[in-house]
Amino acid sequence: QLHHRSLSSLAGLPEMHQMMRQTCRDYADRELAPIAGKLDKEHLFPAQQVRELGAMGVMAVEVPEALGGAGMDYLAYSLAVEEISRGCGSTGCVVSVNNSLYIGPILKFGTPEQKDQWITPFTTGEKVGCFALSEPGNGSDAGAASTLARQEGGEWVLNGTKAWISNCWDASATVVFATTDKSLKHKGISAFLVPMPHPGLSLGKKEDKLGIRANSTANLILEDCRIPLGNMLGPRGSGFKIAMQTLDGGRIGIASQALGIAQAALDCAVDYAHKRTAFGAPIGKLQAVQFKLADMAVAVESARLLTWKAAMLKDAKKPFTKEAAMAKLSASEAATFCGHQSIQVLGGMGYVTDMPAERHYRDARITEIYEGTSEIQRLVIAGQLLKEYVP
Amino acid sequence: MSPASVFVCLSLTLLSDYPVIRVKPDNSGVVTDGVKHSMNPFCEIAVEEAVKLKEKKFIKEVVAVSCGPTQVTETIRTALAMGCDRGIHVEVSGKDYEAMGPLQIAKIFAALAKKEEASLVILGKQAIDDDCNQTGQMTAALLDWPQGTFASEVTIDGEKVKVVREIDGGLETIKISMPAVLTADLRLNTPRYATLPNIMKAKKKKIANMKPADLGVDMVSRVEVLRVDEPPTRLAGVKVETVDDLVAKLKANGTI
Repeated sequence: QLHHRSLSSLAGLPEMHQMMRQTCRDYADRELAPIAGKLDKEHLFPAQQVRELGAMGVMAVEVPEALGGAGMDYLAYSLAVEEISRGCGSTGCVVSVNNSLYIGPILKFGTPEQKDQWITPFTTGEKVGCFALSEPGNGSDAGAASTLARQEGGEWVLNGTKAWISNCWDASATVVFATTDKSLKHKGISAFLVPMPHPGLSLGKKEDKLGIRANSTANLILEDCRIPLGNMLGPRGSGFKIAMQTLDGGRIGIASQALGIAQAALDCAVDYAHKRTAFGAPIGKLQAVQFKLADMAVAVESARLLTWKAAMLKDAKKPFTKEAAMAKLSASEAATFCGHQSIQVLGGMGYVTDMPAERHYRDARITEIYEGTSEIQRLVIAGQLLKEYVP
Repeated sequence: MSPASVFVCLSLTLLSDYPVIRVKPDNSGVVTDGVKHSMNPFCEIAVEEAVKLKEKKFIKEVVAVSCGPTQVTETIRTALAMGCDRGIHVEVSGKDYEAMGPLQIAKIFAALAKKEEASLVILGKQAIDDDCNQTGQMTAALLDWPQGTFASEVTIDGEKVKVVREIDGGLETIKISMPAVLTADLRLNTPRYATLPNIMKAKKKKIANMKPADLGVDMVSRVEVLRVDEPPTRLAGVKVETVDDLVAKLKANGTI
């Protein structure tokens, strides 16, 4: 068991974590990296790979074995997402959304029956879930949710539109947030479980995105969508709390995804620096290139340690909100930095699809936006700091 | 004797696709410090075959065995995560490890196979760092057991094993009695990825520790490495315009 103070022992991760990291790395190298370009170009959902990852336990890392998961900790999950994302950023997103955003809240707030029904079938990779919080009118302003839920007899009836929902075109269920008591403002939001497809639930057109194109993103439209009363997740009015706690964990997932993309960009640049010659020698001999590689490596490694720390705090059941926000902020900015500099090191070759650098650049960009923009992360960090320092 | 336990003998090798393997400055060998090591790919195939035979209920127990320093336990643990039941680590380190070659390893494996009454010993056909392709054959000879090497297909048929072997001329099918030694070739199977739940389970599986002396094996090498050199640097080629030019050039440099 790792304690958050034993960071110095992270020079060697526990044996089990190392093995797990290696198996995910092998899978990413052999099965994902070779097809990532194609998945991106053709906007293809990696259904077969998701099933294979499910069989390996990667789609439900933290879920107890009794429910069909791998029964590992959040540090293991972070390592898995990073390695998968290093092979394919889109696939990393599918893994992260399923683990953190869909299974996460149900694992924490669901009844035993809900866990059986809504988690177990989603551990195998046969089915994936999604998380519907954002709306066209509010992303960062989550408390202003305008999707409504009214009770009619033995059913909840949902109405509203959710925006930017990752995985939705390939999902078989969603966690949806809707207002049950408008007068209570953000304390009047509740969480619901809705199967997909379902009468009253339809999907908007697939967004044509800059990056993570193999992962579907679209609006989720609810028009008198009727679900049983038993489909409410957690107590009435606790939706906002559920969303915020879920996003705390989700941030570690996205930080890990960003790390994977950043590392892939760095690897690409280092490899090129060995092979490309200019001015009579490999360009890795030039200080201008060396400084870039060094800056990239420091950015990734420091973000990685922040991510591991956040994961370890979560595993130790200690408060981790600030660290998770720091991890997501630094990892996403490391990803965009590395994506950018990697293209710079490759020069013209970085601008064409023959090399993966341009895909890493495009994939990286979303990590500074979803699951809490970099600006929101800064607010979260500052909020925690100000709370800690009472003069 | 119905198939009881199968020994899978593993080798920890240098990764062959690692960017640069360097020869030591004193030409006594290659630099292994800091170079990534992992389970030999042919040994992965051997593990997969043994686990498959167990899943098909032909054998009861798969034991993963390896010789070497502490690092080797990681390899055994990976084999356990792929489905082996228990492991044995024969500790060899320092000078003994540097001098360790196929004969010493074969002696250890043979002694263990006899001691534990194995019915099958499966190895990778060769290690990708030294490419010796000897350990399996030597183990069989020391045990005086039949061998099915370069196996691309293995079928257990009662007390016998049918082995399809990849040979230069094509494929050869043989039937050998157990106990026997098999070595795995590339097309025998595609090794599975260790799943996360199996990695967790592997934690609880036992790895026994022993030394070559416990098995009465002497580690003295009969082979002395005199010198290791890098292959000569590849020279640039020369382009010619016609076939006559080509023939003339080949005659001029003594090739023909």
